[in-house]
Amino acid sequence: MSVLVDRDTRLIIQGITGNEGRFHGQQMIAYGTRVVAGVVPGRGGETVLDVPVYNTMKEAVAATDANASIIYVPAPFAADAAIEAISSGVKLVVMITEGIPVRDMIPVYWYAKEQGVRVVGPNCPGVISPGKAKVGIMPGHIHKEGRIGVVSRSGTLTYEIVKELTLHGLGQSTCIGIGGDPIIGTTFVDALELFDNDPETDAVVMIGEIGGTDEEQAAELIKTRMTKPVVGFIAGLTAPPGKRMGHAGAIISGGKGTAKEKIAALSAAGVPVAERPDQIGPLVKERLAATKPA
Amino acid sequence: MKIHEFQAKAILKKYGVRVPEGIVARTPAKAIEACKALSSRVGYPVVAKSQVLVGGRGKAGGIKLIRSEHEIESTVTQLLGMEIKGEKVKKLLIEQGLNIAKEIYLGVIIDRSRKKAVMMTSAAGGVEIEQVAAETPEKILFTPVEPLLGLTQSQIREMFYFLGLPKESYQDFVQIASGLYRAFFEKDCSLAEINPLVVTVAGEVIAADAKMNFDDNALWRHPDIAKLRDPAEEPPLERQARKHKLNYVKLDGRIGCIVNGAGLAMATMDLIKHFGGEPANFLDIGGGAKSDQVAQALKLIVSDRNVNTIFINIFGGIVRCDLVAEGILKALEQFPKWNTPIVIRLSGTNEERARELLKGTQLIPAASMSEGAKKAVELSQRN
Repeated sequence: MSVLVDRDTRLIIQGITGNEGRFHGQQMIAYGTRVVAGVVPGRGGETVLDVPVYNTMKEAVAATDANASIIYVPAPFAADAAIEAISSGVKLVVMITEGIPVRDMIPVYWYAKEQGVRVVGPNCPGVISPGKAKVGIMPGHIHKEGRIGVVSRSGTLTYEIVKELTLHGLGQSTCIGIGGDPIIGTTFVDALELFDNDPETDAVVMIGEIGGTDEEQAAELIKTRMTKPVVGFIAGLTAPPGKRMGHAGAIISGGKGTAKEKIAALSAAGVPVAERPDQIGPLVKERLAATKPA
Repeated sequence: MKIHEFQAKAILKKYGVRVPEGIVARTPAKAIEACKALSSRVGYPVVAKSQVLVGGRGKAGGIKLIRSEHEIESTVTQLLGMEIKGEKVKKLLIEQGLNIAKEIYLGVIIDRSRKKAVMMTSAAGGVEIEQVAAETPEKILFTPVEPLLGLTQSQIREMFYFLGLPKESYQDFVQIASGLYRAFFEKDCSLAEINPLVVTVAGEVIAADAKMNFDDNALWRHPDIAKLRDPAEEPPLERQARKHKLNYVKLDGRIGCIVNGAGLAMATMDLIKHFGGEPANFLDIGGGAKSDQVAQALKLIVSDRNVNTIFINIFGGIVRCDLVAEGILKALEQFPKWNTPIVIRLSGTNEERARELLKGTQLIPAASMSEGAKKAVELSQRN
């Protein structure tokens, strides 16, 4: 198994006619993802990347029985595209778009919750279950099928760490990029619960960064309920307070959200936190060996 | 984005929040004139407040009470020349003095874990709310705003009774609390706060200070707010970076970093520190790593005089590394007299071809992120 996406994922690309949508659509199809349709208002009836384009999500879902969508729509329209996707009957909505106003994401978050739809992102690389399906913008070839779950707020840093895992022979069940924004659909806690319940995940690598308290909440979950080993990495020890470090959510404000606090919380929950990305592979191996039944 | 107190007060006033009468002055002469004009209408004392974007200006001596005419000149000339946490005071807000009976805190933020706006109220006004939260959290009332409902009348009543304000102030308080929340919501703020909100001896409720921060991602729909940005207050390198859509934050170290992706950029800074060096900056050129962005990034970094070594760390992924390498070499042609050592690590598609391309050039290749950071630290310490 794996979580969120697999061979049964039937994907709609919202924004398939744009540069990003088309390029990454091609990459996803090449990886083996079943892309069944595109949605672009005003472009219904066209065919792009050999799939039909529809004007609305409802039409596209009715015609193709899709169960997931990915959003490449520009920031001013992306939250609305997400609301449309949530209303259409798909169960998973992955929001790649960067730069969505926080005020627009609050209703998306609550509406998805009410409708029982999982939103991942925004401002994220997406989700990949290696060998099965890629719903995102990550380079597929650095991944390898396996039993390690990865959850991260970052893009290229995640690729760096996934590559390290693969080099150490540690394949991945699923890698979830939850995104770098202040309000995101899926948090560390959500992702850790998914992995804990997945029979094909043995351990989880979580990659956090400065800003907010999601890592601290994850530490609480790990301490109290999580059964599988977790290895952590936190970026931003050298980040100054009050400055936004690229991601809208990566900011230490009012003295809160420092890397130090997060590392301390994870350590207190028994999570080994790597000081460098290249220590993560060995740490995962250590934890797996320690938890294996004799 | 941050704005000045006088700008925040002008916005809040439109939302029905009462603010003291005030005049903004940019020169000592204008400030003196403003003090005289204001005092002739409202009497002494008047207050001269430095308009800077950094916090803690009161403690730093940036706010002064003027009790009589002969204190005016010395006070305003002193304030207009001073520097607060590295920021020069270029504007003063001259305001009527208030006869304070009570100081309250009132603020709205986005609560990331609750996923909604939260209003905070406290009778311990006039001090930093972070300090109150850390020392006496029971003195703060947190009021989460349901996205479906907005701030309700009953919630405002709860805040009012929590504060223990006199009955006569009720209408004023309702107007200010609902006005502050509406301004926060409609203008896409990440923070809006009045600290202190003053109840005067006469029972008036009035915003003695105001602070508003805005969601940068929403500025496109608020041209009125976007034009309030004060370019003079922004560090020059950060201004230059913003123009080229680069995410840049200046730090104090000697190793300039150019990285694609924010998380990787932070991890690169941390790694430099881990090996005993100091990063000169955070710089994210975006996941795509295009050649013109690399060129802009190099330009930016060489204008930082502290930099004696550069570390370029690119995780190629879908981007082809040979193209990135070509882009960097092309960018370097713009700097014929280049002599700052550059350590470069390229990982991803066609990285071997990229390494071939870089052979014999002035760039020092590294096979991994750790190796690159280590080399950069060694070079920096030698220089």
